[in-house]
Amino acid sequence: MQLFPCPFCGLREETEFHFAAEAGKARPEPAGQVSDDGWAKYLYFQDSPKGRSREIWVHLACGEFFVMTRDTVTHEVTGSEALSGRSR
Amino acid sequence: MSGYRLSDGGLTDRGTTLRFSFDGTAMSGHSGDTIASALLANGVRIVGRSFKYHRPRGLWGAWVEDPNGIVDVAWNGRTTPNLRATTEPLINGQEVRSVNAAPTAAGDRWRKLDLVSRFLPAGFYYKTFMWPRWERYEPRIRALAGLGRLDPGHEPAADCAQVNARCDLLVVGAGPAGLAAARAAAARGETVLLVDDQDAPGGALRWRGGTIAGSDWRDWAEDAVSTIKAAGGRVLFRTTAYGVYDHGLVCAWRRREAGPDQLWRIRPGRTLLAAGAIERPLTFADNDRPGVMSADAALRYLRLYAVVAGRRIAVATNNDAAYPVAAALAQAGADVSVLDSRDDSLAMAECALAVERNTLPSAALGQEDLTGVLAGDLRLEADTLLVSGGWTPTIHLWRHAGGGLRYDERLAAFLPEGGMPAMRVAGAANGAFGLAAALADGHAAGGDDGPAPPVGEGHASYAIRPAWPDPAGSGRAWIDQQSDVTVKDVALAAREGFRSVEHLKRYTTLGMATDQGKTSNMAGLAAMASITGRAIPEVGTTTFRPPYVPVPLPVIAGRRRGQLFNPPKRLELEGRHREAVAGLREYGGWLRPSWYGADGAAAIDAEARAARRAVGLLDASPLGKIEVIGPDAAALLDFECYNRVSTLKVGRARYVLMLTEAGIVYDDGVVMRLAEDRFIVSCSSAHVAGVRMRLEEWRQDRFDPARVFIHDATAHWATIAATGPKSRDLLEATLPALPRQALDLAHMAVTETALDDAPLRIARVSFTGERSYELSVPQSAAAALWDRLTAGLATLGGCRLGLEALLILRAEKGYPIIGKDTDGLTMPHDLGMTGPMKKREDEFAGRRALFTPQARGADRRQLVGLAVDESAEPLPTGAHGYAPSGGRRRSIGYVTSSYLSPELGRPIALALIENGRERLGERIPLVHLDATFEAMVTSPVAYDPAGMRLDA
Ligand SMILES: [Zn+2]
Repeated sequence: MQLFPCPFCGLREETEFHFAAEAGKARPEPAGQVSDDGWAKYLYFQDSPKGRSREIWVHLACGEFFVMTRDTVTHEVTGSEALSGRSR
Repeated sequence: MSGYRLSDGGLTDRGTTLRFSFDGTAMSGHSGDTIASALLANGVRIVGRSFKYHRPRGLWGAWVEDPNGIVDVAWNGRTTPNLRATTEPLINGQEVRSVNAAPTAAGDRWRKLDLVSRFLPAGFYYKTFMWPRWERYEPRIRALAGLGRLDPGHEPAADCAQVNARCDLLVVGAGPAGLAAARAAAARGETVLLVDDQDAPGGALRWRGGTIAGSDWRDWAEDAVSTIKAAGGRVLFRTTAYGVYDHGLVCAWRRREAGPDQLWRIRPGRTLLAAGAIERPLTFADNDRPGVMSADAALRYLRLYAVVAGRRIAVATNNDAAYPVAAALAQAGADVSVLDSRDDSLAMAECALAVERNTLPSAALGQEDLTGVLAGDLRLEADTLLVSGGWTPTIHLWRHAGGGLRYDERLAAFLPEGGMPAMRVAGAANGAFGLAAALADGHAAGGDDGPAPPVGEGHASYAIRPAWPDPAGSGRAWIDQQSDVTVKDVALAAREGFRSVEHLKRYTTLGMATDQGKTSNMAGLAAMASITGRAIPEVGTTTFRPPYVPVPLPVIAGRRRGQLFNPPKRLELEGRHREAVAGLREYGGWLRPSWYGADGAAAIDAEARAARRAVGLLDASPLGKIEVIGPDAAALLDFECYNRVSTLKVGRARYVLMLTEAGIVYDDGVVMRLAEDRFIVSCSSAHVAGVRMRLEEWRQDRFDPARVFIHDATAHWATIAATGPKSRDLLEATLPALPRQALDLAHMAVTETALDDAPLRIARVSFTGERSYELSVPQSAAAALWDRLTAGLATLGGCRLGLEALLILRAEKGYPIIGKDTDGLTMPHDLGMTGPMKKREDEFAGRRALFTPQARGADRRQLVGLAVDESAEPLPTGAHGYAPSGGRRRSIGYVTSSYLSPELGRPIALALIENGRERLGERIPLVHLDATFEAMVTSPVAYDPAGMRLDA
């Protein structure tokens, strides 16, 4: 049972979290000008890195979405930070 | 029969006699016995039959390492299968039965199967029963093989608590190393949790004895335990730490004498593994004969239970640790002789018994029972052969945690290698064999740099000379007794290319039995090394996986069973519904009334008619009530919803769809605008959590989180829906204080008012196609409102409305349920909702995906109705429409909802059919299982297509 750090609540067990997305994968916009292939890539192509990864997770208990850096092999969690939001 | 109990000694309570039976024979033992020690004391030799060949099996070990003593135990009218005799406490009245043997272990009717064993080598089943179908052979093979029998009447209670614990230091094992470490850490003020699977401290000291710090080891152990407790720590006996999981979680199974077992989930600051070591067998022909036993186990049976394993005992060893065993048994009165693979050693020199040097057994003699030992030319008469092939450190938990291993040539064992910040290993598990070494190792691991407690004489030497399996040896030499794997099976695996230990394991099943190879893995990989001409470390070990011992599933499941497995959400008004004889079922995670009354079918029919003709009253409380508040609320909802929300006027409501970014319909619902900057998303009850998370995700990722807030108020409010032509009359009659303008609300309008000082929200939203009012009040006001409304039903010919009738009413109107009438491919235009995608030019979730070639394809499955003859049965839900295609049937979609409509007097159905709207009026064939049907494609709206009833 892994422990994940919610920036809002602190360390909690992994069952309280859901994976949301790979971090740094911006929604291509204006979407209407994105090719069919480009949109399919946005939807379905993931890097799924082995080792160090940056991912967006959500803490279901408080609703906080945040960026977590972790190692997908060792399961070591190296950090978490709140999402920046558009205006910040 | 040769084991017996001495007239005194041991730790059992001789004052209590416990009666039990084995394979139907009455026996007795004492409180403090295990089933195994009691069987041995009663002279039982054959405790079971092997899994594959039905070879006789006797006790090899005395604790978790034993591969053979597996028994079914009936007690108190219930049978628990596959208990391990060596670790199971003896209880008065137990009926113990051997497994994989009938009628008894000694008289097993399949015992001759072993005679054809040469036709059943490793992989035999894989190779032989493939053709034509394994299923044909499986029942008979299963009857022949296998372990215990399940008792279908025995469902263990869901009463095992799960305890979450923290500590500075977790010490696994209360032997000398563990006690020393725990004592040292506690003395430095650390909170220590010490766990051990035995029922008292001491580990191997309990049968090997010793002097520590100038007195009997028990005094020192007692002092250690008090030191731990004085520092705020805890000591748990009969507790097995069985697995290390991610981020240092250690799980332990705690058995208790009074009360149910517990699962401990421990989050230690650091873990110290001091789990000791397990004695290895020697490998020679017929070394699985009952009567061949671990030397250390024999000492354990002697010291703890005063049970002597045999009368004429040969001890065969390749190390010094077996000599105290030989001496103790001789002192207990047995006739003991020793075979040693070595020429000389410290212990050999001091041994008063006859020792055959440079000799190890080549074969065990006897058929079902041991009669002697062959060692080259030497032939010894013996009823018992105690063997020690050396010691394997118990490093399972270290490996679970990801620790490395190195092979130590001097100790002929794999030892922990390298460090891990949160775990250390000490004592015999770390290769520190002998009391002094173990104490010193543990003492240092506990953080004390000073000298360790001094020990008495006589515990220092080990001096192993490896004795690995000889692939050239004659006869059948057994490596894994529980899985029936011999040295020849390992050779066969190597010949057929299964040379990796992981392949060897899976091909021969070596180490895959319930003992997980505690005594067989080392011999197996050593045999493979020798056969393939590699060194032992080159072959390596298989992966160590939790659990270290079999853990009962009720312990892991805990209380999360039955009602608590996946608890439904409960309605505030559940008591009212039960009073009205509601049939309650789970819908989308909520326990809701299906209908009211004893006769379900009649009730559903009557309720559906009443809603069309008079008024039905529905508890709609699970409907989503997610508040979206703030200056950017409208913009967020515009992005979230397929339908534009910002154009909604205050006091109005709009039906919306919500799409995934792939353009698939995720949910539908009604958005109400209560103020310029305040909305309520009334999504479907099963999707509330998901819609809330979608809103939060867009809010935090795309918007200024300070300008829009999401608040899920679903659980705070009860919603009662009155639906039907007399719904207005019901409100007027039962809620006279309601303002006129609330009754006069137009369809899809909403207003906030108050009733009896409680806030009340009224919305004209309809899920039936009839005039409807949704009344939402805080849960505290729900019962009073429900009581007032229900009191007016009878005069108007109305009734309470359950979910089943509602499902029919909405299907008559062609209103889809997202996830039931849609699937993972359904887009809004497949439901006929094309307006927003044609008109909206702004961005919203899923928009781009609606314009791909796939989304625009001519073969999309669209929501339609299906009509069958009035007299026909409703179509089966799930039936596929098909088109003939080259002599086969090609599915063109399927029935998603199907009911008998009480109002229309005929079956109705909704279906997703390929290009369905082009097929209106077409008759299509359908198939379900072996039955075929025919139906006409229609509009999904079977009732009131013009929508005249909404304001009736
Ligand atoms: Zn949180």
